[in-house]
Amino acid sequence: MKRLFKTYLEKPELAGLILLVLLIALFQVRSHGVFLNQDNLRGILGILPEAGLVAIGVTILMISGEFDLSVGSVFALMPMTMAVLMVHGAPFPLALLAGLLVCAAIGLINGYVTIRFAIPSFITTLGMLFMARSLTVVVSGGFPPLLPADLPNWLFTSFVGPGNMFRMSFLWFAAVAVLTSLMLSRTNFGNWIKATGGFLPAAAAMGIPTARVKVVCFMLCSVLSGFAGMLQVLRLGSPLPSIGEGMELQAVASAVIGGASLAGGIGTVMGGIIGTTLIRVIDNGLVLSHVDANWFKFAIGFLTIFAVVANAWMRKRAKAIKMEG
Amino acid sequence: MSDAIISVRNLHKWYSGVHALKGVTLDFRRGEALGLVGDNGAGKSTLINILSGVHRADKGEIQVEGRPVSIATPRDAMALGIETIYQYNSMVPTMSIARNLFIGREPTRFSVLGVGILDQKKMAEESVRAIANVDLHLRSPDALVGELSGGQRQGVAIARAMHFKSKVMILDEPTNHLSVKETNKVIGFVRGLKEQGVTGVFISHNMHHVFECCDRIVAMARGEIVLDKRIEDTSIDEVHGVL
Repeated sequence: MKRLFKTYLEKPELAGLILLVLLIALFQVRSHGVFLNQDNLRGILGILPEAGLVAIGVTILMISGEFDLSVGSVFALMPMTMAVLMVHGAPFPLALLAGLLVCAAIGLINGYVTIRFAIPSFITTLGMLFMARSLTVVVSGGFPPLLPADLPNWLFTSFVGPGNMFRMSFLWFAAVAVLTSLMLSRTNFGNWIKATGGFLPAAAAMGIPTARVKVVCFMLCSVLSGFAGMLQVLRLGSPLPSIGEGMELQAVASAVIGGASLAGGIGTVMGGIIGTTLIRVIDNGLVLSHVDANWFKFAIGFLTIFAVVANAWMRKRAKAIKMEG
Repeated sequence: MSDAIISVRNLHKWYSGVHALKGVTLDFRRGEALGLVGDNGAGKSTLINILSGVHRADKGEIQVEGRPVSIATPRDAMALGIETIYQYNSMVPTMSIARNLFIGREPTRFSVLGVGILDQKKMAEESVRAIANVDLHLRSPDALVGELSGGQRQGVAIARAMHFKSKVMILDEPTNHLSVKETNKVIGFVRGLKEQGVTGVFISHNMHHVFECCDRIVAMARGEIVLDKRIEDTSIDEVHGVL
């Protein structure tokens, strides 16, 4: 029991990983081998980075003890900002920079308001969800602008690798995943994030700038979401103001399924990625197994509740465990 | 006084109209275990919070080793060698002992703007030594603090303060909610401070615990010091009488 608890705290994503492997095996059998064939994998891996990047940001923010519901709206606002700037003649790099700055500013506002007024980030970012979505529609003027033809798709969405297995976006996603993972586990800043979310009074008493740590996590979350939105727009070829709706809840579900605790302090980047992959695999696998696709949301909902119940149970067991000294 | 490690002079603090500290003047002597007692609202937490950088005094002066200092943040206090161990909030239960020992003071390799790669080897080695130094027997520095008992957590907190060579260790109600066995362990830690040349400030509601491990008693009531005596010159009854 003690070992199970330890494993859960050290590798909270393990349960999700086991479930993922089981589901892949199940879908592979049920779809008569179609699930793991090259074309289908290409499809899954092509869209995974978008939801995955959002989930990484949301997971890190949750580890720091906060919450972001505005990621879906930022996901739409960032590429819309870029598109509008490019229509007015701005070159791609400048538009990209401006878009990312808008995201960083939104993260800064989310963090500042939450901490300055000591209100739940659930409320701050719920407000931001509406505001950022509204801004997206306003700046687009109601009509999605036409993207220029000479976009650097080779850098973001082109297929690469053996058998053209991956899109470039997957490499960006992998790079961000590795970097954020290392940041969380190998740097002092990662230590501060976990301490801030794990037990705020202790972190503050030990001199960690907890407010700054949280604001940085808010900003990272917004920037990653906006970047992910841009990847989707480049893939689809058109900046629709409605993209990313409902994404915030799927990202939270990903983080939670991957073992992140809503109370903060527990979770890993890998967990968020496994959670996202699980959701994408279910989405795709249900279709391939000829199950009515409307069961998709049911499955995600069930998994999320299951994950949180399991987490809560583990924590309760953990309280009962004490080490002899 | 020459042997004072911390001197506070005429310290005042108001909390939205409430005069919580009314001109407190006190010397904490080197190597002494000082017991700070008083009822809730007597001002002892306010005094401690000022020394540990959680609050700032509205008036008055603090000297550390004879030099006037300004303590604005917990970091300032720690840099001056003043370490505070709180009843609950000194450890993050979801993190390992090794990680907890170095929170906020992590050894890093090539850091940029204060952020860098953790030196995990150093953290593991030093935490083993730090824990052994306070005579705490734990299986591994990788154990989670959430797995430890209350007394062991206080032990780790004390090991941390020792490791960072603090000169003054403030223990805020360290024996609350502990079993008798665990309490004795913590009292043992406080006694051990003197051998290491560390000044201990022990805050407690429990007069018996204070009398068991301190050299000197300072009692506070209504924001003022009402008694300041060597332990051999006073009794539990006398202290109760002035509170």
